[in-house]
Amino acid sequence: MTSSLRLTFDREFEEARQNLYQLADMVGAAIDQSLKALVDRDLKLAEEIIGNDEEINKLRFKIEEACLALIATQQPAASDLREIFAIIHLVVEMERMGDYAAGIAKTTIMMKEEPLLKTFKKIPRMGEISREMLADSIQAFKQHNADWAREIAARDNEIDDLYQSIFHKLIKIMAKEPEMITRCTYLMWCAHNLERIADRVTNIAEQIIFMTTGDMRELQG
Amino acid sequence: MNDQPPVFQIRDLDFYYGPSLALNQINMDIQKSKVTALIGPSGCGKSTFLRCLNRMNDTIPGTRVVGEILLEGKDIYAADVDLPHLRQRVGMVYQKPNPFPQSIYDNVAFGPRVVGIANKRTELEQIIEQSLRQASLWDEVKDDLNDNALGLSLGQQQRLCIARLLAVRPDVILMDEPASALDPIATLHIEELIAQLKELYTIVIVTHNMQQAGRVSDYTGLFWLGELVEFSPTNRMFTRPENQISEDYITGRMG
Repeated sequence: MTSSLRLTFDREFEEARQNLYQLADMVGAAIDQSLKALVDRDLKLAEEIIGNDEEINKLRFKIEEACLALIATQQPAASDLREIFAIIHLVVEMERMGDYAAGIAKTTIMMKEEPLLKTFKKIPRMGEISREMLADSIQAFKQHNADWAREIAARDNEIDDLYQSIFHKLIKIMAKEPEMITRCTYLMWCAHNLERIADRVTNIAEQIIFMTTGDMRELQG
Repeated sequence: MNDQPPVFQIRDLDFYYGPSLALNQINMDIQKSKVTALIGPSGCGKSTFLRCLNRMNDTIPGTRVVGEILLEGKDIYAADVDLPHLRQRVGMVYQKPNPFPQSIYDNVAFGPRVVGIANKRTELEQIIEQSLRQASLWDEVKDDLNDNALGLSLGQQQRLCIARLLAVRPDVILMDEPASALDPIATLHIEELIAQLKELYTIVIVTHNMQQAGRVSDYTGLFWLGELVEFSPTNRMFTRPENQISEDYITGRMG
């Protein structure tokens, strides 16, 4: 049954959804740009990413406030309530993903003119997968598709494998060439941030499953 | 809060039933094209306050008003105020639908005929259709305009009363628990109607139903023992009220 008698609620609810999609776009762009800044050592772009993070934070709080007001004034129930509950979680996850992208940008600035390492190639790959996971999760949210959400969460294994591979490679380099320790540590931070971004997408997938099925459980990824 | 000047400015309003002080130092601005909800426990003064806005309390012997209520800058309690004109501009919808025992058509035509808004039959019919459309009732009654209004459901009767009021082109609509006699679906019809009407009219609604205040209003005022303890945007009132009485009332710990 369509909620033709809740037009005000429907309108405000849709506005919250649209803001969520905008937040996802902003966070996705921040991840893309952070990788570009890292690969190209583009310090100006890195500064921009750090500056834009404030906009991501603002939009997160705006959406949270709107959801809070919806709950307080419109008394959503059942699937509406679960979706609003999910949105509140999603915006927190996305805002943290934005922080990780800003973290990569900050690390890029710290690395300045340092030469790149061979191991570096797998880091952009981690970024690509994380980025795809985020984009897919938003589509799964839009379609209320719990099965797709489970598939997305499963991709976290690819990220974890890449991270482990990078981690061990960097450890080896540091053991062999102590003068590389600083550089390798910076790269490890970047890889760690990307690994955490993918973890956050897994959390988003959990919320999509809850929203769609009412089933609240942790996914292993 | 709003760029437009307020429709009503209430300044230091006291209201007495005989010697008894029912409203104490009420100050409030009511914004144009917004819904203002008045909430509070029974006997807190919210309906008394609502009736002050179109001087319906004048009909009660021994009542007295101190302070000012300005409607677009003019004191509605000034000696030269034309009461029928005031009540045309500031109409009221009551708790129980009160259609006249006449046809649907005549119910809506009543006001324009008395006030003399429509001089020709075609003009009157236009007003009737427009009023019924604005009240979201036209589609349900357009083929039965000559039927007796008392044959309508309670929810339809209430929307007819709103249409009857709209027919005299008010600026402000006062609603005193307009949905308390209605079932949940008819209540939602009224609430959506309120959301539509606020584009054209300023609405002040008294409701016992706190959730309804949350759903329909832009601003909420909480009355308590004759005082306005808090008046703020509804989202704020329902998420972070500033007054402890508001907090306790809204969370159901008092009242």
